[in-house]
Amino acid sequence: MGRDGAPAVSGAPPIEARGLVKRYGRITAVDHVDLTVERGDVYGYLGPNGAGKTTSLRMLLGLIRPDEGSARLFGRDPLRDGAGALEGVAGFVEAPRFYPYLTGRRNLELCAALDGGDAKTRIERGLDTVDLSDRARDRFGGYSHGMRQRLGIAAALLRDPRLLVLDEPTTGLDPAGMRDMRRLIRRLADDGITVLLSSHLMGEVEELCDRVAIVRSGSVIYEGALAELLRTAAGGYRLRTSDDARALELCSSEPGISEAEATEDGLAFAADEPAAGALSLALAEAGIEIRALIPRSASLEELFFRLTEEDGNGGLPARERAS
Amino acid sequence: MSAAAAGDEASARRRRPRALTAYRWELRKLRAQKRTYIGLGAAVLVPCIFVVALMVEAGGPDEVPFGRYVRETGLAIPLILLIFGSIWLFPLITALVAGDIFATEDNHGTLKTILTRSVDRGQIFTAKLLAAFTYAFVALCLFAGTALLLGGLRFGFDPLTTLSGTTVSSSRGLTLIAASLGVYLLPTLAVASLALLLSIASRNSAAAVVGTLMFSLILQLIGIISGLDFLRPYLLSTQFNAWQGLLREPIDWAPIVRAAWVCACYGVPALLAGWIVFTRRDVAGG
Repeated sequence: MGRDGAPAVSGAPPIEARGLVKRYGRITAVDHVDLTVERGDVYGYLGPNGAGKTTSLRMLLGLIRPDEGSARLFGRDPLRDGAGALEGVAGFVEAPRFYPYLTGRRNLELCAALDGGDAKTRIERGLDTVDLSDRARDRFGGYSHGMRQRLGIAAALLRDPRLLVLDEPTTGLDPAGMRDMRRLIRRLADDGITVLLSSHLMGEVEELCDRVAIVRSGSVIYEGALAELLRTAAGGYRLRTSDDARALELCSSEPGISEAEATEDGLAFAADEPAAGALSLALAEAGIEIRALIPRSASLEELFFRLTEEDGNGGLPARERAS
Repeated sequence: MSAAAAGDEASARRRRPRALTAYRWELRKLRAQKRTYIGLGAAVLVPCIFVVALMVEAGGPDEVPFGRYVRETGLAIPLILLIFGSIWLFPLITALVAGDIFATEDNHGTLKTILTRSVDRGQIFTAKLLAAFTYAFVALCLFAGTALLLGGLRFGFDPLTTLSGTTVSSSRGLTLIAASLGVYLLPTLAVASLALLLSIASRNSAAAVVGTLMFSLILQLIGIISGLDFLRPYLLSTQFNAWQGLLREPIDWAPIVRAAWVCACYGVPALLAGWIVFTRRDVAGG
């Protein structure tokens, strides 16, 4: 269907990618990536640098052609439906780029003109939202990195988006700039805008996102709810007793207990809740006093490294929700 | 109303922009860039230098058409300069913008910015094509206009002697000059088309500008090799002289007709290739 004839599919998810593959010569930058971002999600797309995050985003927005697979935005294919598929979609891939010889306002006017409709009326509001009204008459070439990022957000908001795609929006910002940017994203998400946030910053994703996909070497190695990921990945305990040496021997022989090891302040082991309960009884029967038995909570950062640096899947379900 | 609901409503009422909108913005971007004024400045400066040289020196360019009449009427000045301009000046002026107009987007990383708005690649291609052509047209008008104005002020607007030796009135002479510019525009636009293709394919402004100029100079070189005489009528460089058919009595339409199809043979495939590459290529980097 042509560019004007691509109505959004009612009820279709904001993003639905199936089997996306992109190869550059022998290198597979993106390897059969499946993604589903539902309405209202603040979706973290998490991976180390070079994992294929930006390439995936480019394919989602129709900037590059996948070698295999397809991507749909609200049910429309950017490659087949052209600009019509991007209705209600905004954001930026890598750093936002504008014309250095035009002022910030002029750049926004250009974007508004290319958006059509009444986007022009939203320029002042956009500048105000990102706190750039005072510098709007300055050329973009003279903007700091943070101002460029904020102008990118302002340009995205001109489209009154229902889906915001942001590629590492806080990269290069100072701490205050990062805080402000995260607050802005949170506010937009609270307003009901679906957000796809690509990042390699764990704290940022943990703070903002409710669902995540973790990518490694071009492949999605986990997709699902962040809370579920953290819960699933926990399951470990820290233990302090009156006799840690004997307790460690006991841990090693107790069924359901694994990865038992001595640490600086006691012992650590992996077990589910019933096994930990059985261990506590066994310790009591052996006359070993339990001074502390603390469930070990996993941080996203810890999980991320387990998932992206280990050969396997770090003991986690490979994909919470496979397509 | 939530932002998402507002977004739904905005999408529903939004009118898609036309290629004309993108074209207007391409012109605005050109007006904001120094490169544009380098070409337009050259288009004004060269006629100024030529007229000043005629005022300082006693002789004239007798060996070129209209050279003998250069001091008889200012109407001859733009015609002589069209001949000189075809060697490298106009290919260069044209390539300065046409060779840059796509590549600069790669350079600034802004292609992704405009391609993630509500315009299609085809619309962007059309807008840039029209902007490059508009610039070439404006440069040519400035070039000839400056030559005519300065030539007329210095040597008067007397009747013009044609290449057939007949004399035409000043008003008819002006009409013939305007028509000559129209014919001169054909190879100019063909050069612009080649520059556009190189700009898209190379993604590098300097490579596209230099490549276009090199191509023009190579064709000039082929044109002066006596063993390759049979190629001369089909060289793009030759078509820069087709307008001279208008300055004969009766008008010789053969070189003009040939210029039309020869220029189309150079320009249309270049534009077609440019279209295909631009509408299908990956927008990476930046």
